[in-house]
Amino acid sequence: MNLFDYWWLMPLMAGVLLALVAGPLGSFVVWRRMAFFGDTLAHGALLGITFGVLTDINLTLALVLGSVLLALLLLPLQNRSRLSSDTLLGIVSHSTLAIGLVTLSLAQGIRVDLMGYLFGDLLAVERIDVLWILLAAILIAVLLFWQWRALLAITVSQELAAIDGHPVQRLNLMLILLLALLVALAMKVVGILLVSALLIIPPAAARSLARTPEQMVFLASATGVISVLLGLWASFRFDTPAGPSVVVAATALFAFSLVLQSLRDARRPA
Amino acid sequence: MSSASAATILSASQLQLVRQHKTVLNDISLNLKAGQIITLIGPNGCGKSTLIKVLLGLETADSGKVTRRPGLRIGYMPQRLSLDQRMPLTVTGFLQLARGASNERISYWLDRLSIGALAQQSVHDLSGGEWQRVLLARALLIKPDLLVLDEPVQGVDVQGQLELYSLIPQLRDELGCAVLMVSHDLHLVMAATDEVICLNGHVCCSGHPDTVSIDPAYIRLFGARPQGQQQAPIAHYTHHHDHQHCADGHVEHHAPGKEIL
Repeated sequence: MNLFDYWWLMPLMAGVLLALVAGPLGSFVVWRRMAFFGDTLAHGALLGITFGVLTDINLTLALVLGSVLLALLLLPLQNRSRLSSDTLLGIVSHSTLAIGLVTLSLAQGIRVDLMGYLFGDLLAVERIDVLWILLAAILIAVLLFWQWRALLAITVSQELAAIDGHPVQRLNLMLILLLALLVALAMKVVGILLVSALLIIPPAAARSLARTPEQMVFLASATGVISVLLGLWASFRFDTPAGPSVVVAATALFAFSLVLQSLRDARRPA
Repeated sequence: MSSASAATILSASQLQLVRQHKTVLNDISLNLKAGQIITLIGPNGCGKSTLIKVLLGLETADSGKVTRRPGLRIGYMPQRLSLDQRMPLTVTGFLQLARGASNERISYWLDRLSIGALAQQSVHDLSGGEWQRVLLARALLIKPDLLVLDEPVQGVDVQGQLELYSLIPQLRDELGCAVLMVSHDLHLVMAATDEVICLNGHVCCSGHPDTVSIDPAYIRLFGARPQGQQQAPIAHYTHHHDHQHCADGHVEHHAPGKEIL
């Protein structure tokens, strides 16, 4: 029997690949307080789907384009003050979601698996999706590895990085485009509403155990992969929705990391 | 230390910068020579930090010109740098991100600044004074021709301030670098300063700090001068203003000879 005949192999590969690259990208999201930004990209991706459905182009391509376009539009916000950007992100985030939903419902004669996009449909992942995710994962991993120090430097201080001669704006752009790419592809697995959970919860779980950024990224990837495995297993075993099951598993690991941390703090004399 | 023949490494002429209808920098010119120490003082919001940013090229003035010697290496110690708690980082890890960082230089400067024991500590566990020294070490890694220090003694106790003020001229002598320092204290400046520039939108006055050392009572009160130090590292600066800044921002000039100190 061919290995590719196992029906669970594609969902598993998609989930594991996403979790691997969500580790480093999610860590940057956490360090740079961009959680809301990731959320907005995910919500805006629904507009991409709407566009794809209406124009009949490849849905994955439409998703990526929508997400990347939104990221470019939102890029200037990164430099503004936190309060105004929070409010504006909130408006963009929810209005794009609402506009996408309304437009989809108005489009006549088109049936879209809305629940699948909102909460993910891991079991519907096909070979071509895995190929997309694999290419994106390689691209993300290579670029992050290549610019790792520079990205850490602009995360620590944009001002100091600029004086050191790093191309701060270009690095910001790169990070945001990679994030948009990951968010668009992760949607198929965990869904629009849970994408940022996949980005934020594993790094948060890794934080208390890590002493260096590299350790945190590694632990975040590991936590993400374990969450995917646990979530998929639970999904098959108890017939629960796959995306939310993965997020529940990640949350459980996060809680476990808190317990570990408090045990360690208790052992260390104050 | 600075001689008239020393080459100019950084100069600014007639800088003008307006932000939100407020003139932040008004016709500011300055000249920094190799090995020279300049202290910028002025009240809060007088444009000190903005001027530094313009000189470093982080911001552009509306008009005027900044000239840096080609290839000038600048070590910059920011006023404050708050790292996100969620980013785990050791002191060495932080320093490795700086340009010009190598493990030998990092351990050299950590030892030189007496913070070698902190190398593997988390940056989030440092005291204010320790963090300030780490930031200074970071600025020194690049072997700067120009060391820019934005309020290096802010939040440091008096003893620490005296230590830093005797350390900086030593570093200048070791590296042969010029120093541009911002200080919020209007009257007590680092004794090794060659020129004090008092800023409040425009250059209010400039000059040399008083050669007379400060009141011995002050030294007695705040502890002895650091070992081996003949002169107090801190000195008084007497202002020579012929005008006054009013609350609404306009400037009132005084009759000649009637100076306000």
